[in-house]
Amino acid sequence: METTTRSTKPHARRDSLLTISAVGAFLAFLWYADNHFSPYNIRILNNIAIFIILAVSYNLINGVTGQFSLEPNAFVAVGAYTSAILTLSPEEKLASFIIEPMVWPLSEISVSFPLSLLAAGLVTAMMALLMALPVFRVRGDYLAIVTLGFGEVIQVVANNIVPVTNGPLGLKGLNPYTNLWWSWGICIVTIFCIVRLVNSSYGRAMKAVREDETAAEAMGINAFRIKTLAFTCSAFFEGVAGGLLAHLITTISPTLFTFLLTFHLLIIIVVGGLGSTTGAIIAAAVFTYGSEFLRIVEEPFSFYGFDYEGIPGMRMVMLSLLLIVVMLFARRGIMGRSEFSWQWFFDIPDRVGSRLRRSR
Amino acid sequence: MSEPLLKIDDLTVTFGGLTALNGLGMEVRNAEIVGLIGPNGAGKTTAFNTITGIVKAERGSITFRNRDITGWKTPHIARNGIARTFQNIRLYDDLTVVENVMVAGHASISYNFLEAIIGLGRCERDERRIREKAEYLLELMGLSDMAREKANALPYGSQRRLEVARALALDPALLLLDEPVAGMNPMETREFGELIERLLKDLKLAIALIEHDMGFVMDVCHKIRVIDHGVPIAWGTPEEIRSNEKVIAAYLGKE
Amino acid sequence: MDYAFFLQQIVFGLTLGCLYGLIAIGYTMVYGVLRLINFAHGDLLMVSAYIAFFGIVMFHLPWVAAVVIAVILTGIFGILIDRGAYKPLRRSPRISALITAIGVSFLLENLGIVIIGGRPKSFPVPEVFSGYVMAGGVRIPILSFWVLLVTAVLLIGVVLVVNRSKTGMAMRALSRDMETVTLMGVDANRIISFTFVLGSVLAAVGGILWCMKYPAVEPFMGVIPGLKAFVAAVLGGIGNVTGAALGGLILGLAEILIVAIQPEWSGYRDAIAFCILIVILLTRPSGIMGEDLPD
Repeated sequence: METTTRSTKPHARRDSLLTISAVGAFLAFLWYADNHFSPYNIRILNNIAIFIILAVSYNLINGVTGQFSLEPNAFVAVGAYTSAILTLSPEEKLASFIIEPMVWPLSEISVSFPLSLLAAGLVTAMMALLMALPVFRVRGDYLAIVTLGFGEVIQVVANNIVPVTNGPLGLKGLNPYTNLWWSWGICIVTIFCIVRLVNSSYGRAMKAVREDETAAEAMGINAFRIKTLAFTCSAFFEGVAGGLLAHLITTISPTLFTFLLTFHLLIIIVVGGLGSTTGAIIAAAVFTYGSEFLRIVEEPFSFYGFDYEGIPGMRMVMLSLLLIVVMLFARRGIMGRSEFSWQWFFDIPDRVGSRLRRSR
Repeated sequence: MSEPLLKIDDLTVTFGGLTALNGLGMEVRNAEIVGLIGPNGAGKTTAFNTITGIVKAERGSITFRNRDITGWKTPHIARNGIARTFQNIRLYDDLTVVENVMVAGHASISYNFLEAIIGLGRCERDERRIREKAEYLLELMGLSDMAREKANALPYGSQRRLEVARALALDPALLLLDEPVAGMNPMETREFGELIERLLKDLKLAIALIEHDMGFVMDVCHKIRVIDHGVPIAWGTPEEIRSNEKVIAAYLGKE
Repeated sequence: MDYAFFLQQIVFGLTLGCLYGLIAIGYTMVYGVLRLINFAHGDLLMVSAYIAFFGIVMFHLPWVAAVVIAVILTGIFGILIDRGAYKPLRRSPRISALITAIGVSFLLENLGIVIIGGRPKSFPVPEVFSGYVMAGGVRIPILSFWVLLVTAVLLIGVVLVVNRSKTGMAMRALSRDMETVTLMGVDANRIISFTFVLGSVLAAVGGILWCMKYPAVEPFMGVIPGLKAFVAAVLGGIGNVTGAALGGLILGLAEILIVAIQPEWSGYRDAIAFCILIVILLTRPSGIMGEDLPD
């Protein structure tokens, strides 16, 4: 039996070294940004980190496992509220909850930021688990409707259980704990976890379920368990991202987490390449940074004497068209299903060489 | 005479108003190749689907290794010794050839997803074991040089062989092949016949197969079960079946 | 709670249920044939309402003419959506069509904002629909009679078409096994277009009737009713037209009656449909009329 036992990962050591160096360089950049960038730019950097976390998690259930879900806005809301409720001090709660006092024991609990993030992730994951049971047992088609409906329901619930969420008033004055280190630190951890999961046997099983669920089951994979795993993991990270978001914008209310957020993430993972973690990262960064520029079409501007009045809502029309066009003509997005690899750079001389040889 | 590996009794399956299988009985013994044949629409694939838990039977029982597996769920059956291929090729198109075979290894891993993220030594060892087994099976099926190609880039005959390699990764005791040589030319068909006879001996399998290629069936099968419109009409060795009047009538009647 | 009030709530529930049912039929038919959840279906409500609104307000058409034109145009619009966005993806993995459907839905809603503006417009309700009738101490809105009547007529029509006509039978055959039926020579595309027209027309009528009951027209008006209508379709048994109507009625009644019995829960009204959905999926996923559609 001739096999190459080292075949699992050629150049593993080299790649790890390169990755660690890249992360190190990035952290140095963050340190520089933290000390020298304007608050506006820091805000953008924080947003990018959070959206990368969201995109990479959303890609796990939608792209890698192939189950169409519309969950992010609901799970982000759950995470945001959980985290906010836990970090506010009893005095702040007393001051904020003017319609109805907050319910005990939540009115007395106040924990540290990292603990609140962990709780946010766990609570969201638990909700996902509960939802997975009825949905994944039957036709997977219903996942989209259930998650879409859940997004509406969360708003309704948040508006109505006043002793917990302060209803329509929302929670204000949250401590702005989220800084570049928290957002990017968690972002790096999230990417690490998701990449490890996708590259493991579990990731293979998820992809098998995506490609052909019946065949996967016939090969011993419990599709229900795998889908639940992917969904719950996505939920966990989306909940944590919700907590980060809450402590970035410092004010949350039930109307904040609309379907718009899910739609943005959907476009991001589709354009990036459904199923590619790298694609999700790139697309999230580009979109979050670029969405500033898209505001242009909604505001009036003058261009060489041509007056454009600015049409509200035009931005969303263009984004919707983009989604449809990509689905119809460029379904694989930027990365398709490929991932980043250091080897790609090392292969450049070969690729250039063979191209030159061919053109001779 | 020892107990058969697989024993099907009075298996009956209905879809809506349609009876796909009516009282099917069949036996597969160790180191045996049993053919399941019949005119088109006879219910053969339904039989395989019922054995592997994809379809529920209305009546009847399926006994495997002396355990009643009727009503077991598909993944459970796959993990307990029965593997199959499909009539329409159902490979994981976007995964590479070797990944396709490695998927079945998921059933035998010893770590949970949290450990996968952390990355214990156990995970690396399991991964290596799964990969080695996959590479071994690919070599057995003659697919080694295409290991890193995407599954849907393979030529048709190779895809069929990949399906078999994938199924073998489950270490089955019983292999169900659904039209394994459909679309193959005579030379490929003969090679395939030799291949499965080798597999039978080397891997200590039993095989049940569905096929329309009569030459192939008569060549490799030890026993044949014939069904027509879901009803069993004959059972015996290839010689007995070849001269069985009911079988001839069933096939001629369809022409 | 007295007898008269209870009966009145039942009337309200049935009226609302009819509206849900009309929309649900379109969802269930398209899902039955294509296994596609046409997210844009609920927005057709809005499209028909706006066309009628413009017909009346801008072109000063008589009410009936504007409504008829709106319904016809919306029916055509439904086919256009299928031809433009869904047909090219017929052979692609299902998730592609679902994503596109969400894209179309969102596009329609935001086109609504761009073209017409986000502020709700008031839909003109003709005299014949307003007013009440007293029956045994119960005050029943005349609109309810109209809704029940129109729904009943349309429902009977659709059921006849689906169960008796050749096209209807082809539709049901397609939903069981598209591959084989196409091989047998049936022009699947024609049948699919027919399905979309039928569903869109019903949604369009539902949209107009919805405006009679809730005369505020705004771009996102079809979102929540659409969601609830899909739940109704699942409740009744996805793929089954009678089931969709039945599911709609049950959902409408549940919404109204639950809030009538427990007024403190009125804020949670929209969550009732979601809870019903979860319960069905847990207990009887194939719905009331229970057709088990093959994958």
